[in-house]
Formats: sequence, C-alpha cells, structure tokens
Amino acid sequence: MNEIKLALSDDILMKIEKPARYIGNEYNSVVKDKSKINVRFAMCFPDVYEIGMSHLGIQILYDMFNSMEDVWCERVYSPCLDLDKIMREEKIPLFALESQDPVKDFDFMGITIQYEMCYTNILQMLDLAQFPLLASERGEEHPIVIGGGPCTYNPEPLADFFDIFYIGEGETRYEDLISVYKECKSQKLGREEFLRRAARIPGMYVPRFYDVFYNEDNTIKAFLPNEKGIPMSITKEVEMDVTNTYYPMKPVVPYIKVTQDRVVLEIQRGCIRGCRFCQAGQLYRPVRERDVETLKRYALEMLKNTGHEEISLSSLSSSDYSKLPELIDFLIDECGKKHINISLPSLRIDAFSLDVMSKVQDVKKSSLTFAPEAGSQRLRNVINKGLTEEVILKGSALAFEGGWTRVKLYFMLGLPTETEEDIRGIAELSNKIAATFFDVVPKEKRVNGKVQIVTSTSFFVPKPFTPFQWAPQCTKEQFLEKAYQTKKAITEQLNQKSIKYNWHEADVSVLEGVLARGDRRLSKVLLKVYEKGCFYDAWSEYFHNDKWMEAFEECGIDPDFYTVRERSLDEIFPWDFINAGVTKEFLQREWLKAQREEISENCKKKCQGCGAARFGGGICFEERDASYEAEN
Amino acid sequence: MAVEYALKKGMHLMKLRIKFNKYGPVRFIGHLDVMRFFQKAIRRADIDVAYSQGFSPHQIMSFAQPLSVGLTSNGEYMDVEVHSIVSCEDVKNRLNAVSVPGIEVLSVKVLPENAENAMASVAAASYTVRFREGREPKLNITEALPAFLAKDNILYNKETKKGIRELDLKQGIYELSYRNNCFHMLVDASSAGNIKPGQIIEALLKEHGEELQENALLITREDTFLNLGTEDDRKLVPLDEIGMFV
Repeated sequence: MNEIKLALSDDILMKIEKPARYIGNEYNSVVKDKSKINVRFAMCFPDVYEIGMSHLGIQILYDMFNSMEDVWCERVYSPCLDLDKIMREEKIPLFALESQDPVKDFDFMGITIQYEMCYTNILQMLDLAQFPLLASERGEEHPIVIGGGPCTYNPEPLADFFDIFYIGEGETRYEDLISVYKECKSQKLGREEFLRRAARIPGMYVPRFYDVFYNEDNTIKAFLPNEKGIPMSITKEVEMDVTNTYYPMKPVVPYIKVTQDRVVLEIQRGCIRGCRFCQAGQLYRPVRERDVETLKRYALEMLKNTGHEEISLSSLSSSDYSKLPELIDFLIDECGKKHINISLPSLRIDAFSLDVMSKVQDVKKSSLTFAPEAGSQRLRNVINKGLTEEVILKGSALAFEGGWTRVKLYFMLGLPTETEEDIRGIAELSNKIAATFFDVVPKEKRVNGKVQIVTSTSFFVPKPFTPFQWAPQCTKEQFLEKAYQTKKAITEQLNQKSIKYNWHEADVSVLEGVLARGDRRLSKVLLKVYEKGCFYDAWSEYFHNDKWMEAFEECGIDPDFYTVRERSLDEIFPWDFINAGVTKEFLQREWLKAQREEISENCKKKCQGCGAARFGGGICFEERDASYEAEN
Repeated sequence: MAVEYALKKGMHLMKLRIKFNKYGPVRFIGHLDVMRFFQKAIRRADIDVAYSQGFSPHQIMSFAQPLSVGLTSNGEYMDVEVHSIVSCEDVKNRLNAVSVPGIEVLSVKVLPENAENAMASVAAASYTVRFREGREPKLNITEALPAFLAKDNILYNKETKKGIRELDLKQGIYELSYRNNCFHMLVDASSAGNIKPGQIIEALLKEHGEELQENALLITREDTFLNLGTEDDRKLVPLDEIGMFV
C-alpha cells in the first residue's frame, strides 16, 4: 500500500470539519507525472470546496488545461476558518488538492472571480499561499496570478493584486498564453517581459501597463497604456463554436455533498432577453446554441463517467433553446430507465414546461418559480422584463390545476424610477396569485386547503455593461424603507396568510454596489479591510460591515461615490477600456428608453444593434421571427 | 464460467454482500460519504442494481458498521440488492475499475435468501491498534495486560450528551493481546454493546494513572463478524462467510 502524501497532518485532519475537502483523490481528478510537466496551473476558487466544486466553468477549464500534455492543472479552494487559523499558526502554505504541493511551486495561480463579495477571499488565498498580496511586490519566484470570470469585466478594484486578467471565455486563449509563457521561461526572459508579451495576446489585461488619471471630483480623466505596444482597449474573448470546443466528459466527482451534486449540461451561452438590470444577459452575447445531438451524447457519457443520479440543464434562459422539447424527451426517456433525476431550472412557466415538470418531479413537493422582478407593468417595462401579469396568472392557474401548491416569486427593490405604487404592486401580484389558487382549485381538491406564496426581494445593484450602469443605487436606509413598505403592503392583502415574505441584507448590497462599479482606488480599501481580518464576506455570519466602513474612512474613500451618485452620460467608467461586444452607445440607448418606459424586443424577434454581431456568429446571423414568444 | 442470474419481474431480488477495504487519504471520508461513493460507483460500473419504489427511488443498500473518520479497514461490508449479475468476480472487477485509490472491493458473494442484512448481523469486529510514534505510553503493556484481563470488571466512563455513563467493557472483550507493539483485539460490535478500541486502551492506561494522548492511536479494523452460535456459545465468522461465490 503506497501511502499517498497529504499536505495536512493526521492531527489537523482529525481536528477540522469535513477533512474530505482537503484530501483530493476524488474520482476523475487528474494526477499527472510531475517529471513530464512543463507548466503547473493552480485553479483557485475563492470560496469553500462545496461551492467551488459546483462551478461548471472551473470544470471546463480543468478539462481543457489537462488535455494539454505538458500542463497539469490542479484545484484549490478557500480553506474554511478552522483550517485557515491552523495554517496561519503553523505556517502551512496553501496547497493544491491533486498533488498536495504548495501553490508556490506552480507556474500560474488562476483565480476565478465570480462575485464581488469574494474579493477578500482572493487576498486570503494569496496570503495563505505566502505571496506578497500586491502584484508589484511579487518576484521571479512567484507564480503568475491571473484572474478570470464575470467580475473581470470590471477588474479595477482588484487591479493591484493581479498580474493578468483574462477577459472573456476561457476556451480560446489559454493555449496562446501558455505557449508564450513556455517561450519566456525557456529563454529566461523574466516575469516583466512575459507579462509584456502576454499583454499583446487578445483578451489579456495586464494592469501594470496602464495608468489611470483622475479629475478633481475623482471621476476618471483618462485611462492609458504606459508603454508602447500595449493595446488601448481589450476585447472580450468569445468561443464562437460552442459545439466543437472543450467540455468535461469526466467531471471530478466529490466525496462530500456539494451544492451542485449532479451532471451539468450547458445547452447554450448567452440570453436573447435584454433585461436591463442583468449583467450576464449582456456579457455573454451573442446567444450561441449547442448542437442537440452533441448534448445528448454528452449527457449519456457524463452520467456514465460520474455515476451522478441527477442531471441539470444550464443556461440563462432554457426555454429559449430551440431544441428544448427534443432534448427533454430524450432525457426523460434515458434517465427514466436509469433512475436519474432531471432538474430544469430557468424554465418559462407555460403548458409545455408544466407538462415536462410534472413528468420529472414530484408536483406535491416542488414549487414553481416566477421572476417578475418588478411589481408593476410600468416598472417591468423600465427593466425590459417582458413577463406580464396576465402570463403569470395564467401560468399559475395552469400550475394549480396541475396540482402545484407552492409558488416562489422573485422581485428586486430599488430599481430605477421605482415608486411606492410599484412596491405595492409586489404585494398585489402575490395576492392575485393566491386568489387564483382559490378560484381555480375547488375546495375539495385543495391539498391541506392551502396555497403557499413565497415572495422574495433582493436589492438592486447596478452593474457595469448594463443599461443601468449610469443609475444611482439606493442607500442602505432607502433599501430598508422599501423592504418595510413591501412587508406592510403584503400584510394589507386579503390573502396575506398565504404569503411569506423574505428580503435580503442591505449592507452587503451596498458594498456589492461599491465593488461592482469601483475603480483602482478600491484596492487599498480591500487591503485594509483584509488586514482587519475580513474575509468570507459572502457568508453573512462572517460579514462585518463596521470594519468595511472603518476601512473606507481610513483610506479617505467615500463609498457613496460609487453607489448613490447618478453618472453623467459622458463619464469615463473604470471598465470602459474593455470591449464586451455591446457598445456604450447601445447601452445608453437602452438607458434612455428605460426612462421613457419603452421596451426592446428580444434577439429572436428583432436585432437591437447591440454590437455583439462583431463576433461574427450566433443568433446575430440567424433569421428573425417576429412572432417569437415575448414573455419570459 | 459466467452464470446468468437474470430474474423475472415480480420475482425476488438477489442480495450481494460486498467486502471492501479503506486506507490512505480516503480514511478521512465519513460513513455517509462512503455510501454516496458506492451509490455512484455502482452506477458507473453499470451494475443491475435494484431501486426502491416511490417517487424518489434509491438503491437498496445496507452497510454493516460505520467506520469512524480516520480509521483504516480491511474488512468493511455492505449489502446491495440486484436484479442480475454475470458473476461475483465480474461485479468485483467492475467496481474496482471505477473506484478510487484507497477503496478496493475484496470480494463479492451472493447471500442466502433469508440472510439478515449486514447492519443487523454485526456481532463483533477485530482490530489492530498501534501507537503513533512519540505518543506511546510509559506503561509496559506486555507486563500490564495479564492483570488487566484477569479483572472482573473493566470500567470505562463514556461521555454522552446526557453526561458521563459508566460502562463495563469486560463482557465485550472477546480477545485481547499485544505483540510486536501492536494490540490485536476482537470485541463486541453489535448495536447494543459496541466497543471502540480506544476505550479499552484508555481504560488500561487509566489503571496505571496514565492518560491516552490526543489522536495517539492508529486503528485498523481487520474484519467484521456475525455470530452463527448463541449469545453464550459464540461462533463468530466473517460477515460474508454465509455467502457464496457464483
């Protein structure tokens, strides 16, 4: 019996919670012969194992890197607080799961940046890896720290900590980057020269080669390369052939239960609906569908290779996938035989989806989800959410007739132009859905005689590359007042006993807003707040708003500058140097239309000229269908 | 030669008893996760496993005795119900082809129809126990053991949620010896009287005024047994002794 080496001693592993998070060795994890490896890549997810292991993007990149013969990609997740403390006390360096080797032995430390509230966990990982936190202080002996993921569309608050940000989809440029790296390594050209060459690869943003100049009011005057040969702007990378690209046929199967404990089948990328608050809907344009025959093959192969008992479709709006009925029929047929569950998130509620759902889930136990996002038709027009009250009530009636008794509703508070009337609309719509239940289900057929409406509100945070990037965000006090108004309006409804209301924390939404539209000056706030002991901010029990406020104060930075201020149409944004496909002109047009309460048709119906056609494919080059279902 | 045991619908299922080991890093995986591991491995191996009825069917599976996190084992058992197999050897090979380092299926046998399930069958378990380097007690164990075994009662204070409960371990220690710096023990592992190896060693050291150091023991479960005899006249055999190879 060959003992496999572990980074942590038995004493530590026996002391900490869920030691299985740190031992690697999962089925399908990739172990390579170190002596044959040229480039070692540590793929880091700055959150706990259970969340990081549920992320499809990492699995895709893990598969892609490991398909390169002389590259070995391994996984790293944020150690939990119990282990974090021990690692600091005993000076144990952050290690990768597969080899259990310290991250400092690697060539690259890749960090995926999925949400703003994980920024401090990035510092935790750098710190535990025993690297200087600031990129400018790292030397030849340290790995190249590269960031990717949705938050890199405004990487500026993190600019001081990273050597490179990869802007866009990971499938396209890593091979180029690795080959430039190998060249520089073999010729011993050094870190700075490698970064200089990397900065010329499309999609690569190397913050050290850019300077920011500010106006007196702290808005940006100019954002310029500080060396010749460094591009002025960076265009996001897009994988235009989503069918013939990397997809992990052998995803790693965790031992412990993780958030997504299932096969994930990404059916398409992008979304045709231009909801004006939604960042993903803009960032992942144009819509690109995967070939349905390929998806069927993937489904069977991945189920066979993992042994998972569930498969889930993934996309921003599954109902808009053109071959959905065919794919679902196939899955129901194949999975039924093998006792495999099918999970179908992000489906529009209509006769088709209700029929499908009644086949794949226990109607009595499951609930239906609607995301009207706003309480009135007026405000839904402002945000370009096509879903109408009529459609929601019709869908609910169908669902109640089909035996469902639980409905979840998602709304946002603090959307641009919102009035008290819009807020009351949330309560009234919830009430009407409850009333629909009592209308369509006769007394004798009511299970427990009850219907349960769960109405949840989140606070709206304006994001870069959306039409609302110019919009002011509410203050914490305004947010809480709106939640209070919602609660009050719900208690005034006839069916209030059937409605349960949940709302989010306001502090975190304010901070998320600061970081989302932040600039480079925030790097020092992040450093300061981390020094005060803050990380795992995404976990409410570890979030300390007072420490964040202290850090802003000590750095002389006013968080309101990033949130409550309405930006003028000609302001230069920190993220303007990134070309995400959608043009600023388009976003501006949409922002003005929003204020006029005008809607824009979805991509399948009519092209809005957003700019994504520049990538030369996807829906931008398909025929339009003026009769395409408008609701979502 | 391969034997096809396909059963017709409506007929009863075939129960397999699977023996496996657990060592290396996977010793830090808890009991429920080992169960999950096998549920997935069985699907990967394409075993014709039986599922329960109802809206969320699950594999019909029973584990003999949970193994505490950190322990290694050469004798873990689980029962699985299947519709058909090609042969016991085939099931074993298929499972090992989709396993991980540290979990290896050692044998697969078909149980007689009336066999009790693995969990209910457990009567005893054998262990080998060593001290970790640097955590050995001062006590000369070889000298101390005969007197310890000759006692009428071996008392041990077990901490429970409700407070401390005094147990007498004596009745549950069937064999205990110490050779080559290693304890060999056979003890009660039934649900009513389960004894953990550490409890015995703690009791032994306490007799001589010594405390067991934290995480001082390296414990391997060697095998798990069922009782073919009676309460008073035990005939302990490995859990899969009652099965047969097909």
